[in-house]
Amino acid sequence: MKEFDPGQNAASIVSVTDRVRPLAIGMPVTSVHFLGDIAAFIGAEESVALATSDGEISLAPVHRGGILCAATDGARIVMGGDDGKVVALDKKGEVTLLATDAKRRWIDNVAVHPDGAIAWSAGKTAYVRGGKSEEKSFDVPSTVGGLAFAPKGLRLAIAHYNGVTLWFPNMAANAEVLEWAGSHLGVIFSPDNKFLVTAMHEPALHGWRLADTRHMRMTGYPGRVRSLSWSVGGKGLATSGADSVIIWPFGSKDGPMGKEPAMLAPLRARVSAVACHPKQDILAAGYSDGTVLMARLTDGAEILVRKNGGAQVAGLAWNAKGTQLAFAAEDGEAGLLAL
Amino acid sequence: MTEPSSQKIPVTVLTGYLGAGKTTLLNRILSENHGKKYAVIVNEFGEIGIDNDLIIGADEEVFEMNNGCVCCTVRGDLVRILDGLMKRKGKFDAIIVETTGLADPAPVAQTFFVDEDVQKHARLDAVVTVADAKWLNDRLKDAPEAKNQIAFADVIVLNKTDLVSKAELAEVEARIRAINPYAKLHRTERCQVALSDVLERGAFDLDRILEIEPEFLDAGDGHGHDHDHHHGHDHAHDHGHSHGGLKHYHDEDMQSLSLRSDKPLDATKFMPWLQNLVASEGQKILRSKGILAFTDDDDRYVFQGVHMMLEGDHQRAWKDGEARESRLVFIGRELPEQMIRDGFEGCITT
Repeated sequence: MKEFDPGQNAASIVSVTDRVRPLAIGMPVTSVHFLGDIAAFIGAEESVALATSDGEISLAPVHRGGILCAATDGARIVMGGDDGKVVALDKKGEVTLLATDAKRRWIDNVAVHPDGAIAWSAGKTAYVRGGKSEEKSFDVPSTVGGLAFAPKGLRLAIAHYNGVTLWFPNMAANAEVLEWAGSHLGVIFSPDNKFLVTAMHEPALHGWRLADTRHMRMTGYPGRVRSLSWSVGGKGLATSGADSVIIWPFGSKDGPMGKEPAMLAPLRARVSAVACHPKQDILAAGYSDGTVLMARLTDGAEILVRKNGGAQVAGLAWNAKGTQLAFAAEDGEAGLLAL
Repeated sequence: MTEPSSQKIPVTVLTGYLGAGKTTLLNRILSENHGKKYAVIVNEFGEIGIDNDLIIGADEEVFEMNNGCVCCTVRGDLVRILDGLMKRKGKFDAIIVETTGLADPAPVAQTFFVDEDVQKHARLDAVVTVADAKWLNDRLKDAPEAKNQIAFADVIVLNKTDLVSKAELAEVEARIRAINPYAKLHRTERCQVALSDVLERGAFDLDRILEIEPEFLDAGDGHGHDHDHHHGHDHAHDHGHSHGGLKHYHDEDMQSLSLRSDKPLDATKFMPWLQNLVASEGQKILRSKGILAFTDDDDRYVFQGVHMMLEGDHQRAWKDGEARESRLVFIGRELPEQMIRDGFEGCITT
C-alpha cells in the first residue's frame, strides 16, 4: 500500500513532523546508529554518512563493495563487508581495519562487546578478538546467521541452522548448544542476561530461558522479524514484522511464556524498524510506507514524526542520552529530531 | 513494497552433472561481449578463472521450512547471499546460480516461492541444465540427480554432440524427451548456444506462460494431432517403439503427464483438487504448470508449481476465436497417472 488517508485520525494525532531536520543522504541506507551525538547512516555499499545535529553531513568510505553488517558500542561502529574486511569507524570519521578474511569471504555478521571485544563471522566460522586476548575462532555446523555478546563475561551466541551455540572463547569448556529446528538469522540477549531470543527465517521469534533452556515460541507475525529492540530496563522486547509494533513482556522470570504481547501503533503498513528510547518508556517505529511514529509504551499514545509516502524505513536510532532520534528510509531520505 | 516483475533481478539456475560443461557455459556468459554484468553464485569457489568481483562462494545449505511439509526445502545460503547482493543493486544486471553436479534444483526454485525478501527483489528466470550427450544415458541410469536435473529443466543444453554419432544423439534426445518433453533443447559443441537461448527466458513468469506454449504444442501435436487421445504420448509409450523415425522411451520412474480439456473446468472443483493433489503427491511432482479455462470466466487462468508450492493468477482475457482449452503438465517421479486423470476429469463441467 503506497499511501493512505489517515482520515479522522489526522486531526487527533500529535505531529512533530515540522521539527524534524530533513537530511538527504544521497545513497541507499540500510541502518542507523549514533556515535555520541553524531548520527551515522550506514550505506548499502562503500560509505557511512555522518551527520552532526546541525545537519552537516560527511562521508566516510569504509568498504570496497557492499556493507553487509554493522554493530556499535556507542563509541565506534564495527562493520563487515563483501570485500572480506572488518572495519571500525569512530565519530571523527576515522576508519580502522580490524581484520581481513584470508579467502576474502563475505563478512556476514559482526558484534561488539562493551569491554572492547569484537566478533565477526564468515561462512561457518565465528571469530572473536578480545581487548587483551588473541584472536580465536569457532566453527559451527552451518553458516552463521547472527552473533551477539552476552552482557556479562566474554560469551558469544552464534545463531545457525537448528539452533544457537553459546561459546566462551576464554574457557576450555565445550560450547553449549540450544536446539530449535529451523534457520536462526538474528540473535539477542536480554539486558539482564536471563533470556536469549532469535529471529528466525520464518516469521517467528524463538527464545530460551538461559537458566533452564526452557523454550519460548513467539509466533503470529505476517513477515520476517528484522528489527528487535529492548525497552528501557529490558521489560519488553519490541519487534518489527507486523502491522503494529509487537512488544513481548520480559519483566517476569518466565518472560513472555503464557502471556500475550502488547501491540502498539497499528497502521496499514508493515513495521520495518523499531528503536526503544534508552531512558523512557517510549519507542520509535518505522514502517514499510515510510511513516515514522513515536509511541508511549504505557498507554500507546502516538506522535507522528514522518508522514507516509516514501520508501520503507531502513533504520532508526536514539542517541545514548535519548535527546535525538535519527531515521532513514531505504532510498536515503533521512531525518533528525531533537527532543 | 514488491517491485514490478520487470524490475526484479532475473536469476538463472545453472545445473548439470559433473563434467557436462557448466563451467564452459558460465565462462561464455561471463566473457562474451554482451554489455551485461552478472553476479555469479558458485559452489566450487576459485575454480573459475574469470575476473569478476561479483563471484560469491555458496555452501548449498538446504534446510526444511518449519511448516510441516517435508519437501518444502529452501537454500538458506541463497537467502543470505541474495540479501547481501541486493545491497549492490545497480552494479549487476542479472544473477546466475551454479549448483553442484549432485544438487537437486528444487530447493533453489522453492527459495523463490517462499522467501518474501527474495521475492521482493529477484525473480527466478529459468533452470538451465547442461547435459553431456556422450554420458547422459549412463548417468540417467546410475545417478538420480542427473534425472532430476533433466526433469526440472526449462532449457537443456545438450553438449558435446560432436563426440557422439547421429544415432547416439537421437537416442539421448529420446531419453531426455521421455523425462521432460517441455524443455527447450539445444544441441551444442563446447556449449556454443546463443546466450539469448539460456538467459532472460522468463520460464517462471506467469505472464509468459503463453510464450512457452510452442513447446507445449511441439510436444502435444507432434504426432497425429490426436487431441482426444488422453494418453499423452509423452507418458504412455511402450519402450523404444519407433514413431516417424524418432524413438520413444518410457522412463521407469520419471515421467511427464499432460492433461487437456476443451470443455471448461469448474473452478470450485478444480482449485481444491489441485491443492489437494500437490499437498498429497507434491513430493513426486517436480514441476507443474497449466493454462486453464474456467466456466463463466472470460479470463485465462495460469498456474505453475514446484513440488507442493503453487502460484497462479488470471493472466488475460481469452481472445476472440481463441480455443478455450485447458492444458496442464506435470513432471514427476512415479506420478499416480490414473488418479490424476480421474481427478481432472471430475473437474470438467458437464
